[in-house]
Amino acid sequence: MKTFSKIVLTTAAAAVALTLGLTTTASAEFPDKPINYVIAFKPGGESDVTARFQQPFFKKMFNQDLVMSYKDGGGGAVAWAQLNGMTGDGYTIMGTNLPHIVIQPAQKDVGYTTDELVNIHMFHYTPDAIVVKDDSPFKTLKDLTDYAKANPGKVTMSGSAKGSSNHLAQVTFDRLAGTKTTYVAFAGTAPSSTALLGGQVMASWGYTTVPPQYAGTRMLAVAMDKRHPNFPNVPTFKELGINMVSGAYRGIAVPKSTPEALRVKLGQMFQKINDEPAFIKQMEDNGFAMVNAPYGPKLTQFMTDMKAAILTSAKEAGLIK
Amino acid sequence: MSGLDFVVAALSPFHVAIALAGVIAGTVVGALPGLTATMAIAVLVPITFSMDPASALILMGAVYTGAIYGGAYSAILLKTPGTPSAIATTFDGYPMARRGDGDLAVTLACVSSVFGGLVGAAFLLGLAPPLAKIALAFGPVEYFWLAIFGLTLISALSEGHLLKGLIGGCFGMLLTTIGVASVSADIRYTFGSQTLIGGIEPVAALIGLFCVPVLIDLVAVPGRHLKVPTETRGFRLPEALSLAWRHKFNLVRSSVIGTIVGILPGAGGSIAGLVAYSEARRSSKRTEHFGTGEPEGVEASESANNATVGGGFIPTLVLGIPGTPPDAVILGALLVQGIRTGPKLFVGEESSIVYIFIAGLFIATLLMFPTGLLIGRYAYRFIVTVPKALLVPTVAFMTIIGTYAIRNNLSDVVIMIVLGVVGWALDRCGFKPSPIVLGLILSRIAEDGFVQGWTIGTARGNVVAEFFARPISIGIIVFIFVSLFYPVIARRWRIQQEAKNGHET
Repeated sequence: MKTFSKIVLTTAAAAVALTLGLTTTASAEFPDKPINYVIAFKPGGESDVTARFQQPFFKKMFNQDLVMSYKDGGGGAVAWAQLNGMTGDGYTIMGTNLPHIVIQPAQKDVGYTTDELVNIHMFHYTPDAIVVKDDSPFKTLKDLTDYAKANPGKVTMSGSAKGSSNHLAQVTFDRLAGTKTTYVAFAGTAPSSTALLGGQVMASWGYTTVPPQYAGTRMLAVAMDKRHPNFPNVPTFKELGINMVSGAYRGIAVPKSTPEALRVKLGQMFQKINDEPAFIKQMEDNGFAMVNAPYGPKLTQFMTDMKAAILTSAKEAGLIK
Repeated sequence: MSGLDFVVAALSPFHVAIALAGVIAGTVVGALPGLTATMAIAVLVPITFSMDPASALILMGAVYTGAIYGGAYSAILLKTPGTPSAIATTFDGYPMARRGDGDLAVTLACVSSVFGGLVGAAFLLGLAPPLAKIALAFGPVEYFWLAIFGLTLISALSEGHLLKGLIGGCFGMLLTTIGVASVSADIRYTFGSQTLIGGIEPVAALIGLFCVPVLIDLVAVPGRHLKVPTETRGFRLPEALSLAWRHKFNLVRSSVIGTIVGILPGAGGSIAGLVAYSEARRSSKRTEHFGTGEPEGVEASESANNATVGGGFIPTLVLGIPGTPPDAVILGALLVQGIRTGPKLFVGEESSIVYIFIAGLFIATLLMFPTGLLIGRYAYRFIVTVPKALLVPTVAFMTIIGTYAIRNNLSDVVIMIVLGVVGWALDRCGFKPSPIVLGLILSRIAEDGFVQGWTIGTARGNVVAEFFARPISIGIIVFIFVSLFYPVIARRWRIQQEAKNGHET
């Protein structure tokens, strides 16, 4: 009997070991084929470009390709509404954007709700910033607020779309600074910055990514907690007494049928890219700012905070009821 | 490096090989409706990571220029623009193909495209930094008027049926308002439907309105699709070259228009082709033949749209502002490579990248000549000789794949088919697809420009001055009036002349 129980035990142990071994190898092998990375916007936009930044690092670290596809329409809503209908095997991931995924469902039925989207990582944001041309008479933020107070509504500021991060920033800024400016919505950051460079508007609600890409522009202030490492001379709004930290946040989501283990795994994988100094340098040189919120309590907390903050400022802006 | 060194660097076997491969791939992609230059380049981006920046640019530039040319095949042979840039090519290209001159039209398109491409590249080489200023000179109001100028073409395209043309144009403009408005972010006319939230994708609408009616007619009408030539006539190259030589002013004018429109970030190949076509038609001695298979129409559209390639690179490389949608993708790829665009790119240490690329673009454009002729010959022979029973399902299949591929969305396919059937029915009642498509493509530009111009004008305290007192706006408004009333004036003048010379009839 002794031997029998021994055999049983060893078999059981072996079975357990085998199963364990299998699961570990299975998860170690993920990904064993290219991952489809769906971008909810047109190719060439900032959501696409930052995903492209991740692409070579992903290939180097995990020896698989990220394959981009584009599903633009409805300001991203078309893609996000379809995400949960896709296969949740870890091989389909989709870029998500804040404040879009909070504001869109709060405004109208767009086929998804914020909480239905399973984000697995938030990896960076483009902080809002007031951008002017190099030769603008506004040398400091105070110059602009003084002028705006003396001439209500005269200061025209371009920005990317309405109900967007730029638009929220403009409304919040006007409220906090006690100014009245005119927001002129353009179809994206590129046309908005073009309008600034062409002198069609006096200033622009852009991002910290604008000066690196468009020569001849400078920023008056950035909506960050601390100054951007790439622009140590540009003050934050906070320093100037205007308490705002905002921007367009970008992350990655998976279909909700994706198993918990894969969600964690993917979150860790993209965090590993975020930890890579070369990646950080590339992002920051181009004006982006890092966010490190992989799947888990950190991301849950991040999303809860962001959702509350965005809904509050959108309500104050009169964008939602 | 001096000038010659750049040419030598661009002529390295690797560069010539990728330029050739790029042009061929681009031509094929461009010929398939729905598969656009933007898409082709986006697919290529990861491949370019392993290349040096100049090679990456040459490859993407070659694909781009090939795709813009390839759009002409389906425009001529199937009345379906392969890319939106080729819309104006359908106006005369398809009638030419119908009467049996499809081979000539394809060859002429090739000659014109190469010419336009070379002119665009020459401007990029010689005058990029000063010309980039044009991109900044156009504000919202100028785009509004430019779109209105494009819409005046409706009156030219619907001679004898002006009212129906205008109704069609308004229908197209209404279709654009469906979905999320690009400026105000309002969700309009979706009637609570998820299918409509993404709006009517212009390329899907193009395929539906142009191609589906052709397919229905192919099935409904006995007889061949295109008139089959009685004998094989080769490329008809001498004939095409002599036509091009006769219309050299048209080619030069259209190429310059194409370059300038390419520089404008808010416009693109479709508007370039339309404006060039409109100008060619107005200044031609054979105005009344336009729309019935006039070679000048094909030349204008095709030279202009290929000139936008070089033109579009001007603001992209000098200002970091993408001149056209494919340029936006190329700019993204350059960012990943660590290349900072800006005026310094043309003078600083990195200028060799730009100059090798421009040399490469010239080479790619020249390579388009032989490859374009060969592929065009093959495409023509296929469309002419293949039996209808094979042609219709093949094309129908391609329209569905192509429409889906635009943004990986099944809704677009549904919308394409519905619009196609509606378009066919409307065509029966005398509402042609071209005005609808013009309304669809141009009204978005017009609406954005109008709303932005209005907002800025209100802030400045004078909306009227904003719209009517800016020098470039005034210039475009003058062109609008000329374009609208020139035919009337010209006709009256001609009648007077004839009256003087005594009646002949």
